[in-house]
Amino acid sequence: MVNVIETNQLTKKFGTFTAVDNLNITVEDGEIFSLLGPNGAGKTTTISMLVTMQKPSSGTATVNGFDIIKEPMKVRKSIGIVFQDPSVDDRMTGRENLVMHANLYGVPPSEQKDRIKSVLELVELEDRADDLTRTYSGGMRRRLELARGLIHYPKVLFLDEPTIGLDPQTRDHIWEYIKDLKEIHDITVVLTTHYMDEADKLSDRIAIMDYGKIIALSTSSKLKATLEGDVITVKADNLEALRSILIEKMGLQKTEMVDDTLEITVPDGKDLIPRIVDTATQNKIYVESIDIREPNLEDVFLHYTGRTIRPDTTTELHGVAEARRRAAAK
Amino acid sequence: MTAIRGLYTLWIREVKRYLRDHVRILSSFVTPLLWLVIFGTGVRLALPYAGLNYLSYIFPGIVGQTLLFTSMFMGISVLWDREFGFMKEILVAPIARVWVFMGKMFGDSTDAVIQGIIVFVLGALLGIKLNIFTFLESLPLMLLITFGLVSIGLTIASFMGSLEGFGSIQSFINLPLFFLSGALFPLRGSGIPTWLQIASRLDPLTYGVDALRNVILGSAWTPFQVQSLWVDIGIIAAFDLIMMTIGTWAFTKMK
Repeated sequence: MVNVIETNQLTKKFGTFTAVDNLNITVEDGEIFSLLGPNGAGKTTTISMLVTMQKPSSGTATVNGFDIIKEPMKVRKSIGIVFQDPSVDDRMTGRENLVMHANLYGVPPSEQKDRIKSVLELVELEDRADDLTRTYSGGMRRRLELARGLIHYPKVLFLDEPTIGLDPQTRDHIWEYIKDLKEIHDITVVLTTHYMDEADKLSDRIAIMDYGKIIALSTSSKLKATLEGDVITVKADNLEALRSILIEKMGLQKTEMVDDTLEITVPDGKDLIPRIVDTATQNKIYVESIDIREPNLEDVFLHYTGRTIRPDTTTELHGVAEARRRAAAK
Repeated sequence: MTAIRGLYTLWIREVKRYLRDHVRILSSFVTPLLWLVIFGTGVRLALPYAGLNYLSYIFPGIVGQTLLFTSMFMGISVLWDREFGFMKEILVAPIARVWVFMGKMFGDSTDAVIQGIIVFVLGALLGIKLNIFTFLESLPLMLLITFGLVSIGLTIASFMGSLEGFGSIQSFINLPLFFLSGALFPLRGSGIPTWLQIASRLDPLTYGVDALRNVILGSAWTPFQVQSLWVDIGIIAAFDLIMMTIGTWAFTKMK
């Protein structure tokens, strides 16, 4: 396998704050690689350095074999970027935006017409191509940006939070385009996201990033497998009591209070459900509902960081991660 | 070749954006009209200027003022691009910043010259004696005047974070350059304090306005001229080069 991106101790500091901390990752040719983490984890800073928008404080990286510090122009020519924030010119039409991009990236005029036609087809914007982009919806602008990023035939496409702020239907749509890119056009895709489902659905490999470091890197299924088993979610009238009983009497150590439910991670959930209900009833705890599911990336993130990824949740959660942290502190 | 195409695409973008902004074009008629009609008439009646019709005297000055104000204002395109995100697309493109700067500068200069042409139209409607040749001669001159002024606007904007800050700095520069340029009244000869004469000589717009008068008023202006036309042009060109160099440097620093 050829590595399209290789970072070597890539670091970015802002004053005393380290946004990206000695990052060493490799992205293979033709894969969809996700940087997953909460806001402020250093994902966007990492991308900014890889696309040569920001210079690293130390370390370096190669993109398509070009050094990001020594050969920024060659890096730029070989990549496509879709930024987190909108970046189309809203006083110009969709087509004009594409022509400008083609000119800025040195696409020969003789080829521009065909290429623009084909990218417009890909994102299904042919009908609206000659309207000013200020009349576009958020999803249409995103699609235009995706199309724009492809005109100069990049080998790698960087997508920074590609579906942020879009409605579910549009998100599904954009995901389809991204998958097509990989399968039909053989483009390597590097994306950042704080949506678990996005990383899960799209990626070949996922790097979980927190506080500027990669804390886990593997395929989605392998990451989930590290949790070994199923997640049982219990709703009951006295969760705290149930929790201590389960820990003491049944030896279930991997329990977490999540919102108003108790989550228990066990190797084999099906066999355990009747016993949990029995134990609860014996102790006069009324179980309202009980649910079993395979672990998702949210659980994986919780497992590694002790926090949920949702930006509005700041409360630390008890459980495995905290226990691990305490153990490490000793 | 890529660089030239990049420059061209940024140039044509500025011009298209300007021509689509009908409100801005309409409003560009108003300010020079007020100066020429109200200020010009009032002052003409109050203090007759030796040998020349006052309206003819200030007309090239108002052209210069329009070029100055428009050019400086154009810096705002940098701030808009940043506000609406398009700046990122430009900054990450594989094109050297010198071409990015040049593209924007040529584009904004073109827009400023279009404003200048509008003033010519107004002038003709108000009965100022103009002919097609002086108009055609004025075109390249106007372009030359705007290069340096647009560069100042772009340089300042590239360092500014906000639209509000840009507005206040702008008027800080606009008004002194305007008043010292001799656009409205002569700043030479006996009775004018030496410091004011020196300050006027240091104002690049003085030579722009003087050059326009040399072209538009012709031999009637020769006795009053600050410099001959070619010296004016030389000074403006030197000023342009310096400001363009600074502007390019500012753009390479831009993040």
